[in-house]
Amino acid sequence: MPQLEFANPLILTQVLWLLVIFGALYVLISKVALPPVAQVLADREAAIAADLEAARALKAEADAAIAAQEKAAAKARAEAQAALRQAVDAAKAEAAKAEASLGERLAADLAAAEARIEAAKTQALGAIRSIAAEAAAEATAKLTGTTPEPGAVVAAVDAAIASSGKGR
Amino acid sequence: MAVEGKTIDALSQFELTHVAAGFTNSNLYMLIGGVAISALMVLGMQKRARVPGRLQSLAEVSYEFIYNMVDEQVGREGRKFFPFVFTLFMFVLFGNLLGMLPYAFTFTSHIAVTFTLALVVFILVTAVALAIHGTKFFSYFFPEGAPIALAPIIIPVEIISYLSRVVSLSVRLFANMVAGHVMLKVFATFVVLLGSLGVIGIIGAAAPLALNVALVGFEFLVAFLQAYVFAILTCIYLHDAVHLH
Repeated sequence: MPQLEFANPLILTQVLWLLVIFGALYVLISKVALPPVAQVLADREAAIAADLEAARALKAEADAAIAAQEKAAAKARAEAQAALRQAVDAAKAEAAKAEASLGERLAADLAAAEARIEAAKTQALGAIRSIAAEAAAEATAKLTGTTPEPGAVVAAVDAAIASSGKGR
Repeated sequence: MAVEGKTIDALSQFELTHVAAGFTNSNLYMLIGGVAISALMVLGMQKRARVPGRLQSLAEVSYEFIYNMVDEQVGREGRKFFPFVFTLFMFVLFGNLLGMLPYAFTFTSHIAVTFTLALVVFILVTAVALAIHGTKFFSYFFPEGAPIALAPIIIPVEIISYLSRVVSLSVRLFANMVAGHVMLKVFATFVVLLGSLGVIGIIGAAAPLALNVALVGFEFLVAFLQAYVFAILTCIYLHDAVHLH
């Protein structure tokens, strides 16, 4: 086995060169190669932490904005509902008032019309009474040849009207 | 092996050759590995991008892998050993991986190399323990509460187990790499020998070839795993040195 032929001087020189190369590599690695890696890793970690922090701040801001917006919307909705209710109430009151006045007017009109009808009826009845009395007097004179007493004719007509009016 | 050596030559791949000034082919691959590690770290981190590219990701993953290993195994006090553990891990890993290239030399298959690395770890660990705990360090060899009568047995056992760390650390890596490369070479030689026997031989060569394909995949696993084991055992020893149990 060549590795165990320790009489070979190359075994020793190999070890000496190993120490030189390994030592140089150690210096190179520790002084030149590793610091930038540590720097880059630290920078990246810091950048990620800063970005996360910024994102968190922005999210809080957005949350606050959303809350404010929701509050404003709720307030506006409440205001609108109040205004709507007020308008509805006013309209209802107006309508009730109008209805009441209309009813009053209609009742007045009705009463006036009824009074007019009553007057016309009374007038018509009066006219009928005199015409009926005349007709009755003439008919009596033609039939009997005697002119009846006007008072008696009027009384008879009145009685007749009264009985027919009762029958109505 | 002398007679078989003429047909199946599995060990010549570990032969050292002289380049210049005692610099061997083994050292050449150490240099290539060192340059490759430096290139990975320096070129990979050149852009210092916040969103890393592929090479930078590789550099960062290596960094974080070893950093977390040191942090978990040794704790906060271990951070100053991180560059050492990182260098050690990358050096062993690149040595193992470079050995997977055809015609390349696997310097981690030399016991002299792995033993030297283990010795560096051992000396560092002992120096750290002595620097932090002073003479209290020697209480490590005699656990608190053990009966004094057993001291003649316990103390030598503890000292031997402490010293044998160097051996176990170095032999584990060395043996794994040698065994893997010998197997690869032996089965590859089977393929060539059977292939020279004509049509039947070529059909027969399919089996060792298929086995070698699987072995190459397995060797990549071993290359990574042994570098990992070397690094994590170093971390565990450092933990013992810093905390003395």
